[in-house]
Amino acid sequence: MSTQAPEQRVVIAGPSDQLPAPSTPRVRVSWLGAILLGMVVPVVLLGFWQWGATNGAFASSQLPTPSAVFGALLELIERGTFWSHVAISLQRVLVGFAIGASAGLVIGSIVGLSRNASRILSPTIQAFRAVPSLAWVPLLVLWMGIYEGPKVTLVAIGAFFPVFTTVASGFMHADRKLIEVGRAYGLSGVSLVTGVLLPTAAPTIFAGLRLGLAQSWLFVVAAELIASSKGLGFLLIDSQNTLRTDILLLAIICLAILGKTTDYILATIERRTLRWV
Amino acid sequence: MSISSPARTDVAELAPAPVLLKSVTKSFTSKSTPGGRVDVLEDINLAIPPGEIVAILGPSGCGKSTLLRLVAGLERPTSGVVTVDGHEVTGIDARCSVVFQEPRLLPWRSISGNVKLGIRDRSGAQEIDQWLELVGLSGFGDYLPKQISGGMAQRTALARALIGHPGVLLLDEPFAALDALTRMQMQDLLVDVASRLGTTVLLVTHDVDEALYLADRVIVLGNRGEGISEVIDVGIARPRDRSNPALAPLRGELLRRFGIHT
Ligand SMILES: Nc1ncnc2c1ncn2[C@@H]1O[C@H](COP(=O)(O)OP(=O)(O)OP(=O)(O)O)[C@@H](O)[C@H]1O
Ligand SMILES: [Mg+2]
Repeated sequence: MSTQAPEQRVVIAGPSDQLPAPSTPRVRVSWLGAILLGMVVPVVLLGFWQWGATNGAFASSQLPTPSAVFGALLELIERGTFWSHVAISLQRVLVGFAIGASAGLVIGSIVGLSRNASRILSPTIQAFRAVPSLAWVPLLVLWMGIYEGPKVTLVAIGAFFPVFTTVASGFMHADRKLIEVGRAYGLSGVSLVTGVLLPTAAPTIFAGLRLGLAQSWLFVVAAELIASSKGLGFLLIDSQNTLRTDILLLAIICLAILGKTTDYILATIERRTLRWV
Repeated sequence: MSISSPARTDVAELAPAPVLLKSVTKSFTSKSTPGGRVDVLEDINLAIPPGEIVAILGPSGCGKSTLLRLVAGLERPTSGVVTVDGHEVTGIDARCSVVFQEPRLLPWRSISGNVKLGIRDRSGAQEIDQWLELVGLSGFGDYLPKQISGGMAQRTALARALIGHPGVLLLDEPFAALDALTRMQMQDLLVDVASRLGTTVLLVTHDVDEALYLADRVIVLGNRGEGISEVIDVGIARPRDRSNPALAPLRGELLRRFGIHT
């Protein structure tokens, strides 16, 4: 009946042998299989694209073939501009996201933890939030010139609001029973925040970070469409003006890949951090 | 049953503490009731000498948990005074450890990590494994709360409370989620630890037999707002025999209190 060592004096009858091992390995049914399944739709789309582009339904200036897009990629790499467009967009996203998300974390924590801070700050922040973010662009350009400043700032604004909102609500709705346990066992102030509040809010915070990252990509394209001479957003508008639909599609695909990859990295960090959920 | 008690490290903290409630009342503000408030506890007077085990019985919703929370310092009385070891309770009291009605484990901490929380500032990390063993959880230290059963979680919560060597142990139906056999084992563990450490124990329970097996005194609360309706002295030395015939009349009396024919 018992699974305990014989010398133990308190013997608990329990089906301990039926329980999972301490670190249940995430079942990697087939890691490769998952990737293959995920590729099915893109491959089918690619097939339709090739078919649509070659059966005469579209002019090649409207819908170039996949191979033409690949050709555009090689062309841009050869010209030496492709990587610099990608790099500058990625840099703007990462720097802007870092700034905006950090600000969202700090201010969101303050608002979520202190009712008074919330009363003081929330109305103003909500009002700023109501401004469609692109409305800031002319002002940012006026203030910061046409270089990196306004673009990074716009990305930071885009990243800030989702992170701020989720962090604040994550703290506000933290499990009161667990907070009580923490207090009952001597945690208070900073130790209560780091020991109980932050972990309870962590799933919400990660959701906010991922939303903020997605917003960052949205906003970098917007910023580059409006005022830029480099970057994937610029590539979009420039290729439209020069009727290079192949480059246009290439830029869209690059954005999809970059957005998905950065989100995947964040999701991996999330999964590692939130093993206990 | 004998248990090799973990090494005592800080004797000062082990000192059992008396608990005193003087004319304690507790009301909650409530929008849904006519007067805008609910009176839960009414004029509670209770003096618990150090080392005594007191069981609190009463119908659901009568304020048993509230009474414990007042002693723990998680709630302030509306009027009256609560003292632990002669000091008025005005906030969280480090002398008290609580086992809540639910396990309330921190889901991101391992079982060991959860027990560790109960150590507070004492240096007792080397005791974690011993306490896990005492509650029958040796080998489960690295599990996460989501990986153990409800009864195991409640035993973890018990270890978390005991490892702090509290002067006062506040237990809110700690064994309700356990199967009958494990419950008896945990009751024996409690008797043993309490007598060894001399801990003062306030135990809320629904179980008349549990109250009579464990407690020096059984306090019966009336319905919500009625206060203490009866105090029964058990007056039998521990450890007790579960089938002690002297318990039978007390049991009958208690059950009649709750309107159950015997
Ligand atoms: N924070 C609160 N605000 C308002 N009312 C409360 C609060 N806490 C408890 N109450 C009320 O006080 C009464 C007693 O609650 P308590 O949890 O102490 O009951 P209990 O005796 O422990 O019941 P049970 O045996 O079901 O656990 C209940 O009617 C409850 O609605
Ligand atoms: Mg209760």
